[in-house]
Amino acid sequence: MNDLRDLYQQLILDHNQSPQNFRDMEDATSKVDGHNPLCGDEITLYLKVIDNTIEDISFKGSGCAISKASASIMTTLIKGKTVAEAEGLFTRFHTMITTGKISGDMGKLAVLAGVYKFPARVKCAVLSWHTMNNALHNKTELTTTESL
Amino acid sequence: MFDVKIIREDFPIFSKQSNDFVYLDSASTTLKPQFVIDAVNGYYSQYSANVHRSIYTIGEQATAAYEGSRKKVADFINAKDNSIIFTKGTTESINLVAYAWARKNLKEGDEILLTEMEHHSNLIPWQLCAKETGAILKHIPFNEDGTLDLSEPEKWFTDKTKLVTVIHQSNVFGTINPIKEIVKMAHDVGAIAIVDAAQSVPHQKVDVQELDCDFLAFSGHKMLGPTGVGILYGKPEILETMNPFLGGGEMIKTVSLNESTWNNIPWKFEAGTPNIAQAIGLGAAIDYINSIGLEQIHQHEQLLLNYALKKMQDIPEVTIYGAASERGAVISFNVENVHPHDLSQLLDNDGIAIRAGHHCAQPIMKKLGVSATGRASLYLYNTKEDIDRLCESIVKTVNFMGGRD
Ligand SMILES: Cc1ncc(COP(=O)(O)O)c(C=O)c1O
Repeated sequence: MNDLRDLYQQLILDHNQSPQNFRDMEDATSKVDGHNPLCGDEITLYLKVIDNTIEDISFKGSGCAISKASASIMTTLIKGKTVAEAEGLFTRFHTMITTGKISGDMGKLAVLAGVYKFPARVKCAVLSWHTMNNALHNKTELTTTESL
Repeated sequence: MFDVKIIREDFPIFSKQSNDFVYLDSASTTLKPQFVIDAVNGYYSQYSANVHRSIYTIGEQATAAYEGSRKKVADFINAKDNSIIFTKGTTESINLVAYAWARKNLKEGDEILLTEMEHHSNLIPWQLCAKETGAILKHIPFNEDGTLDLSEPEKWFTDKTKLVTVIHQSNVFGTINPIKEIVKMAHDVGAIAIVDAAQSVPHQKVDVQELDCDFLAFSGHKMLGPTGVGILYGKPEILETMNPFLGGGEMIKTVSLNESTWNNIPWKFEAGTPNIAQAIGLGAAIDYINSIGLEQIHQHEQLLLNYALKKMQDIPEVTIYGAASERGAVISFNVENVHPHDLSQLLDNDGIAIRAGHHCAQPIMKKLGVSATGRASLYLYNTKEDIDRLCESIVKTVNFMGGRD
């Protein structure tokens, strides 16, 4: 399964098995649902933003390993960041997932760089990020990958 | 003699794909034999004229081939020629009934009876129709084993029921529903009965006179034929009472600026230049199936199905959805801790094509409490080796996703 190691790196499998910040949040300042109608993946994303800083972020839902790992890694990186920093990371992540080009330090997110070679799976990787971006901007209607 | 090795030689895709190609998604669409491809090419390369209106040799040839296909379809399901309407697929067939019969005949408070295991194509047209007519939708539930719960028929079949529409073979569980009994229950309360036969006609003998259904819909591409052609069977006496579905050429007798009269059935329902090549291809697919024998195909699938069920159940991580005693060769399943998408991606890496998703049946997924399943479905060209490969690859996937490879 060597070619697939590009897509399923060990860190992705680890996050899939034990996702981080995988929980509800009672005192969230923003809560948005995301849905990928193509495959049925569902996510609920919680944000707690205070004074322009993301104090807490968590998610619940069901999805494939790519979508779960992407969401899990995202939460570990976004927590503590300012809104502007999170937006910047969203943009750079989006570029990487759709083109494979890495700009700046992507940290652990680099393990997802191989996804762009599997067009059918790009939406799996970006669902949580779009949902987060909408939550940042208080767009609380359902986020779906169909409108991306 | 049914010899799968010889049959596979009829399907050019097996020599074009690599040796390890395993196709287990025939419930979605089937592979095509060279015989069907040749029939479609033959029309385009030798007599590609329009039908019914060309007074020259190849036009007459095209009309004869197109109408000849209608006759083949009619014989295949034991119907009369004038009860066979060419559509673009099951979806259009069902919508035709929803527009041309139901919108005219249903009124507020009438009941449309469906089941909880319908394909989206037999759910949405009725939701739209109910919104417009004020009719009410009712759904017969299914049991845990994927069979319909028909224990309280009086609850479902009432004097308000005007239309009953049911899937013949489930595209998720494989369950073959007791259609003949359901049609009778519908008729006993004065309702018409529609059958979604997309998954049954390709795999077992379906006789519309024996079922006594009023309408029956299926798709060419699920029975070795081309995409873009499907069938609506309708009882002629009902078709006669219906208004046209689409208006245009072909479906008229006389036309003046403000008024027209309709062609005879079935042409009344075939407006415009039809899908000639596809209809001819479907006729060829039926010839091909008849040359092998539908009964032989059915037996081959049942043997493989039982082999697959047993072998998959032996993998501890596998959960199979549906356990009807009468079922077709469709197996929906999940693998513990492996999302169906990841499963399908990893199987694809081994050359194996299965379906992963909600199978156009989101209400079923919701009731099962899953967001998606994997699905393996079989046809005449599948082999025991295909099943062995599937099972090996599932086990490999379990180890891979668990970080144990
Ligand atoms: C049971 C059933 N009904 C209807 C359909 C729709 O058929 P088509 O997409 O060819 O119109 C399908 C195909 O997926 C099906 O499995």
